[in-house]
Amino acid sequence: MSDGDGSSNGNDWVGQAIRRKEDPPLIKGQGNYVDDIYLPGMLHAAIVRSPEANATISSIDTAEAAAHPGVVAVFTGDDLADDFAGPLAMVWDPPGVDINTPEHWPLARGEVKHVGQGVAVVLAGDRGTAVDASELVVVDYETLPAVVDPEQALEDGSPLVHEGFGTNRTHDWAIAGGDAEAAISEADVVVERRIVNHRTSGAPIEPRASVADSRGDGVTLYSSTQIPHIARFVLSGVLGMSEDKIRVVAPDVGGGFGAKLQVYGEEALVLALARKLGRPVKWTETRSEHMTTSHHGRDQIANVTFAATNAGKVTAIKVHVISDLGAYFGLLTPFIAELGFPVTNGCYDIPNVKLDFTGVFTNKFETDAVRGAGRPEVTHWIEVMMDQLAAELGLDPAELRRRNFIAADAFPYETPLGIFYDSGNYQGTLDKLLEHVDMDAFRSEQAELREQGTYRGIGLSTYVEVCGLAPSRAVGPQGVGLQAAFWESAMVRVHPSGSATVYTGTSPHGQGHDTGFAQIAADRLGLDPENVDVLHGDTDQGPFGWGTYGSRSLAVGGESVGRAAEKVQDKAKKICAALLEAAPEDIELAGGKYQVRGSPDKSMTMVEIAGAAHIPPNELPTDIEPGLEETSFYDPENFVFPFGAHACVVDVDVETGKVEVVRWVAVDDCGPAINPMLIDGQVHGGVTHGIGQALYEQIVYDEDGQLVTGSFVDYALPTAAEVPMFETDRTETPSPVNRLGVKGVGEAGTIAATPAVVNAVTDALKPLGVTFMNMPLTPMRVLEHIQGNGGPRATEQGREIGTHGQGAAGSGPARPDEGGGSL
Amino acid sequence: MSKTAHVEITVNGEHHSRDVEARTLLVGFLREHLGLTGAHVGCDTTNCGACTVHVDGESVKSCTLLAAQCDGADVLTVEGLAQHGELHPVQQGFWDYHGLQCGYCTPGMIMAAADLLKRNPSPSEEEIRHGLEGNLCRCTGYHNIVRAVQSASGQAVSA
Repeated sequence: MSDGDGSSNGNDWVGQAIRRKEDPPLIKGQGNYVDDIYLPGMLHAAIVRSPEANATISSIDTAEAAAHPGVVAVFTGDDLADDFAGPLAMVWDPPGVDINTPEHWPLARGEVKHVGQGVAVVLAGDRGTAVDASELVVVDYETLPAVVDPEQALEDGSPLVHEGFGTNRTHDWAIAGGDAEAAISEADVVVERRIVNHRTSGAPIEPRASVADSRGDGVTLYSSTQIPHIARFVLSGVLGMSEDKIRVVAPDVGGGFGAKLQVYGEEALVLALARKLGRPVKWTETRSEHMTTSHHGRDQIANVTFAATNAGKVTAIKVHVISDLGAYFGLLTPFIAELGFPVTNGCYDIPNVKLDFTGVFTNKFETDAVRGAGRPEVTHWIEVMMDQLAAELGLDPAELRRRNFIAADAFPYETPLGIFYDSGNYQGTLDKLLEHVDMDAFRSEQAELREQGTYRGIGLSTYVEVCGLAPSRAVGPQGVGLQAAFWESAMVRVHPSGSATVYTGTSPHGQGHDTGFAQIAADRLGLDPENVDVLHGDTDQGPFGWGTYGSRSLAVGGESVGRAAEKVQDKAKKICAALLEAAPEDIELAGGKYQVRGSPDKSMTMVEIAGAAHIPPNELPTDIEPGLEETSFYDPENFVFPFGAHACVVDVDVETGKVEVVRWVAVDDCGPAINPMLIDGQVHGGVTHGIGQALYEQIVYDEDGQLVTGSFVDYALPTAAEVPMFETDRTETPSPVNRLGVKGVGEAGTIAATPAVVNAVTDALKPLGVTFMNMPLTPMRVLEHIQGNGGPRATEQGREIGTHGQGAAGSGPARPDEGGGSL
Repeated sequence: MSKTAHVEITVNGEHHSRDVEARTLLVGFLREHLGLTGAHVGCDTTNCGACTVHVDGESVKSCTLLAAQCDGADVLTVEGLAQHGELHPVQQGFWDYHGLQCGYCTPGMIMAAADLLKRNPSPSEEEIRHGLEGNLCRCTGYHNIVRAVQSASGQAVSA
C-alpha cells in the first residue's frame, strides 16, 4: 500500500491537541538533565578563563592550585596538546570561496582572543573545591589592543585578531539574480537604510552541562546538546577515537534555541579528561559562563536598498551584510548570515536581488545559530523596509504588501536566486489577520488615545521562512558547501505484545516530539499514542540522525517516522492477509483494526499481528520474515516555507521611553497541524523570543572587549509581566514536499516578531517625527529618538535617501552606538 | 574554606540531620546531599527562579539561602507536592494546558505558582503575571503558564 498520500488509515490521532506524553515526570521534578547526573568517583571541572580580550600568554603557574587540598589535577592547553587529534570543527567550505579559519582548541595555546577563553582546567572531587583552586592558577598575559567593532575591524590599521591572516576579513560570499543595480538606477523610488540585528544570546534556562564517563570500553558523553549524533561524529575526529567507542547521550535538555547546536570545547575537554584520568568528569556552566562562552547570535549590520515604482511595486533588493563572527568559529559561524538568503524575497514577487556578505573577526566570542539563524535577520530588514517604503510612497503598509505578494496560484515560485518556494497563500494569512484586527477601528482608537497623550502604534510583519533542513544535495559539499547532509532517520519497532517504540534521529529539547511523533506513528500502526514510546538522543539506541534545529524535526524527522511506520503497516498487512486468507491489497486499516475490505468482521488488531510476527503460526508463509520493525532514511527534495502574518500593538510612554506590548495577533501557516496545541506553544515562545530581542536583550561588550552583560541582571529576558496573552490563528496550506504536508514552526514566531515590534513603535512615534529605529528599543534608545525628533540623533542609525541619488549620508555620525555595543 | 555546619532540615516530610560545608546553599543541599534534583539552577544571580521551593510555607529561591539558614526549617520541594499519588492542581494545570516545554523552569514555576495561589486563591491575569515575574521561562512565552494557573485556581481560562 504506502500509496504516498500520507493518509493514516488508522485512528485520527493526527490533528488532535492531546496532552504531552513527556510532561508527567517533568512536572513532578523527575526530569533527568545532565547536571542531575552523579556518577561514582566523578570529578568536577572548573575552567580558568581569560580576563583579556586579546593577549599572549607569557606563563601559567598551576603549582598552588595543584597543591590545594582536594585537587586531583590541573591542566593547561599545552599540557593537553597530545590529547586532541585535531581542532574543533567548522563545517562550511563553500565551493570557490576561501574562508580564513583559525585553529580553535578546547583550551588556549599561547594566546587568547576573547574574554572567557579557557586557559586551564582544575579537577576536584567537588565543584566548590575545583572553583576555589581555579582562582589560584596564575596566568601572566601580555595585553594586545583589541577590536570589538566589526566596521572598525575592517578599516586599515585596525588591530588584527589573528595576525597570521593579515586581515580581520574572514570571507566574502555573494549571490544575485536579475539585475538589481540596473533596477535601482531605473527606479522611481529608492530607500536605503542601515539596519542592525544586534548580538543576542540563546539563553536557555538550563545552562550547558557535560559529563564524560570512561569506565568500561569506550567513553560515554552525557551532554545538553541538540545534536548528539553530530557531536559523536565531530568528537571522534577531535579526540582521534573510533566513532563506535563514543556514545553520546542527550537526556532531558532544558531548552536550546540554537545555543546547544554546537560541538563545544568543553565537550571535547571532559571527554579527554575522563580518558586521561579514568574517572567520570562533569562540567556545568554557570550563567556567567553561558553569557560569555555559549555562542551568541545575530550581530549583523545590513546596508539595505529597496527600489520601487511610484505605484508601489518593489523592483529590487540590494544588501550588503557585515557579520561580526567573533574570534573563532563554531560549527556554522561564518554561514549563519548567509543561511537567510533563500528567503531574501520575503513574501514578495521581486525580480532583482543582490546579496553580498562579509564576515569579520573581532575579539569577542563566536556568533552561531540562535533561534532562526539568519532568517530573523533577513526578515527583519525586509519587513522594516516594507514599512519604510510604504511611508516613502504614502501607502498603507498592508496595501504595499498586497501589491507585492506572490500570488497564491504562483507556486511553486522560483525566486531570482533559484530557490523554489513550495506553497503559500500570503494574502490569505494577511486577510485572516485583518479579520482579527480591524484596522479602521484601530486607527480611530489610536487617534483618540493620542488626544489623551497615549502613543499607541501597530506594526505588521508578513513573513515567509525557510526550514525543514534540508535537501542534502542542495546544502551539502557540492551545493552550498556544508560538509554534512540533512536527511533524517526513524526506526519503528513493534514489540511482541503489540506496543511500539519509535527511534528518531532528531533530538528534542522541549518541542514535544514524544507526543507529536507518537501521534504520527499511532495512526499508521493502528495503535493508541499511549502505546507508542518515542526515543531519541542516544547514539547507541537508534540509527544516525542529524538532530534538532532549523525547524526540521517535523518536516524531515516526523516525515521519516511516518514513512517507517507505513513500511511497518505494509508488513502488518501482509501478515494479516496471510492469516485471514485475503490478498494484502484487500487489507485496510480502519478504526485501529486491520480488516478485509468489505468484510469488517474479518479483522486483526496490531496486538494480534505483532504476536504472529514474533511467534509465527504455521499458517504464516515462511517467505515473510519474522519481526516487525522498519527503518526509514528520508532526504527531502526541497526545503519547506512556512509563512504568516503577525500584528503587534504597543503603547509607548513618551516620558520614560518604555514600550509595552499590549496586543499580539498571529496567523501562521505551517501546513496541516499534527498537534495544534504544540503549534500554539511554539508560536507563543517564538514571538516572546523576538519581543525579547526587539525590546530588551542585547549582548554588550565595552571598547576593550569586556563583556558587560554577563548575567540575567544585565541581559534581560522577557518575564511574564512583559508579554500579553497571544491571539493565534492558522491557515493550512499543505507542502507538496512531504507526505504529511507539514512545515516547521519552532522558529516562525521569532522570525516574524522583531519587525512587527519595530514597525509598531515607529508607528506610535510618528507624530513625534520618528521615522526609523534600530533594535533594541530600550527606553534610552526610544527617548533618544523622541528627543532627536528627526534631527541628527534620529537619523544616525540609518542613512535616509528619499529619492534616487538624493542622499543624506552625511547627516550623522557614520556609525551608531550599537555596533560597539553600548546600550 | 570548609567550615561545617550541622543542619536539621525536614524536606517533604522527611527529617534529615547532616553536617554540611557551611557555604552549602539550600539548592546544593537538596540536589547533592539529598539527591532531590527537581530544583534546578539556571543562573548565578537569583533571577531565574528555577530553584524555587517552599521554606516554612513560603516560596523561596533556594540558591539564595544557605542550608545552615534553614536549620530547623520545613522545606517542600516539587517532589513533595503531589499528595497520595494525586497531582497538585498547579501540576495538573501545567499538564492540561501545555504550561511547559523543556521543563527546566517548571519545578520552580510550579512552586512559585502554588505559593501565589495560597496567598491569592483567585488571581487576575495581571496578578498571575506579576506573581510569577521572578521566574523566567524561555520556551512558553508564559501564555500557557498563565492559563495553567487560571485552571488550577478554578477560574475561567483565557483563550
